[in-house]
Amino acid sequence: MKPKYRRHQTREVKQPRYTRDAKQDIKRTAAAGGSLRDKLKAYRDLHAHALFSSLGRLVSSPFNTIMTVVVLSIAISLAGGFYLVLKNLQQFTGNLETSAQISLFLKDEITEAHAKQLAENIRQNPAIQSVKLITKEQALAEFKTYSGFGSAISVLKTNPLPIVVQVLPRDTLENKEGFEELLQTFQQSVEVDSAQFDLKWVQRLQSIMAVSQRGAALLNLMLGVAVIFIAGNTIRLELNNRREEVIIAKLVGATSAFIQRPFLYTGFWIGFLSGVTSWFTVTMMMLILMQPVEHLSTLYGGNFHLLFFGFLDTLELLAISSGLGVLGSWAVLMHQLRLTKVM
Amino acid sequence: MLKFENVTKRYPEAGDVLRSISFHLRHGELAFLTGHSGAGKSTLLKLIAGIERCNRGVILLDGENLSAAKENQLPFLRRKMGFIYQDYKLLQDRTVFDNVALPLVIAGYGHQEITRRVRASLDKVGLSGKEKKFPMALSGGEQQRVGIARAVVNKPPIIIADEPTGNLDPELAAEIMRLFESFQQVGVTVLIASHDISLITKMNHRVLKLDHGQLVAD
Repeated sequence: MKPKYRRHQTREVKQPRYTRDAKQDIKRTAAAGGSLRDKLKAYRDLHAHALFSSLGRLVSSPFNTIMTVVVLSIAISLAGGFYLVLKNLQQFTGNLETSAQISLFLKDEITEAHAKQLAENIRQNPAIQSVKLITKEQALAEFKTYSGFGSAISVLKTNPLPIVVQVLPRDTLENKEGFEELLQTFQQSVEVDSAQFDLKWVQRLQSIMAVSQRGAALLNLMLGVAVIFIAGNTIRLELNNRREEVIIAKLVGATSAFIQRPFLYTGFWIGFLSGVTSWFTVTMMMLILMQPVEHLSTLYGGNFHLLFFGFLDTLELLAISSGLGVLGSWAVLMHQLRLTKVM
Repeated sequence: MLKFENVTKRYPEAGDVLRSISFHLRHGELAFLTGHSGAGKSTLLKLIAGIERCNRGVILLDGENLSAAKENQLPFLRRKMGFIYQDYKLLQDRTVFDNVALPLVIAGYGHQEITRRVRASLDKVGLSGKEKKFPMALSGGEQQRVGIARAVVNKPPIIIADEPTGNLDPELAAEIMRLFESFQQVGVTVLIASHDISLITKMNHRVLKLDHGQLVAD
């Protein structure tokens, strides 16, 4: 209905003469309040006041604040946890890349001297990073130590294990064709009984990682949306509680920016506090997991160490959670303040 | 100071609430706005405050076209008016000082200037020494005077009061009215909406009478 009336109004009344005066006058009214320095100081004070009074409000109603912050920090902890798990797993696949090696099991009739010669020949190949020869005796000793069949092995009269040459090619994962070619040459060489490699396994693990990374990104996106909505809902309730204040401020000439400021700071604090809480939650969980994980790592003889939030990770976590809090409250303010009738 | 030219306000559900209202309140004039309930008094005040927009006509405040002001200009126009309400509209969780200081904080005044002006304003309404009290601790008449102090603290050229004595006994009401007269004497324009006929006739000022949305007496 309204637009129709507006059109009536503009058609029937001549107005431009006043509008220019009004603009100048508004500028003058807006400029009230003393010298520039005084005004800048007042502006800074307004922000500082909004920052601390919004925190004070949150502290003065601890139950509501804790409820919101706990819900938010669960969402943020989940997201942060996913991030850390992936970061740790990446370290794991990083280790594996170097283990994409080829094991050449030599034929039984090959002598140790011959094997040494072979290893030396392979080492000359520029596509090879390193070569390690494992003699029959070394293999047996290793088998005895790690297999748990030590006593059973000693019953055997002859050593059944073949000589093994472990070959570590350069750039295994970047240059797949080269790797396949290398593997074929080894398989065809007369001394080699069989050539094994574990690249396929590494590739599978890597694609699993890629899938989980994308999955985690999607989940984190959803959790971020949840954080925006939860923070927004809290601000909506706060806005309802302080409706009277908003109306009075509007009546004595407050701009939208003035009215929104404390609520935006509330959103910031909720996000920030939730970020801090989730940092501690995730770190606590990692500390609880640390001992068994390190134990598991030593069992596999790996040098896998649990990674925690770094300095930059922490900054990022706090910035994102505070930002989402502000975003949520901003969205609600845009919507709700338009609906708030002054009287 | 305040000029209405053929102002019409129509609500879709209630029809014309104000019909072709025209009057001119001069600088430093004090006038009453009266009429039975539902005559359109509050609607007229809402138009002045920029809470509602008129459908036809022009409202001029100090030469500025209020009826054509954009939404983001309204806050600055409202700073030129001091509003006083029947229910005081004070913030119960703030002290008297903070309540009176609100328009100055909003306008971006510095701390010292705010303190100076709030003190002066409270002094004018006879409430000096009560600045640290909360509104709940004050009587109705005192709360209304806090409301008046807040309305004049920004030194607006016009004061608009909506039933300012509605909740007060006759003696307090007369006191509040004398306060308004003292503002008029220093050149402030005052418009008071009231249906307290006996008080209005006693005071002998200009009276704008509304009846069913039309101005029937001036």
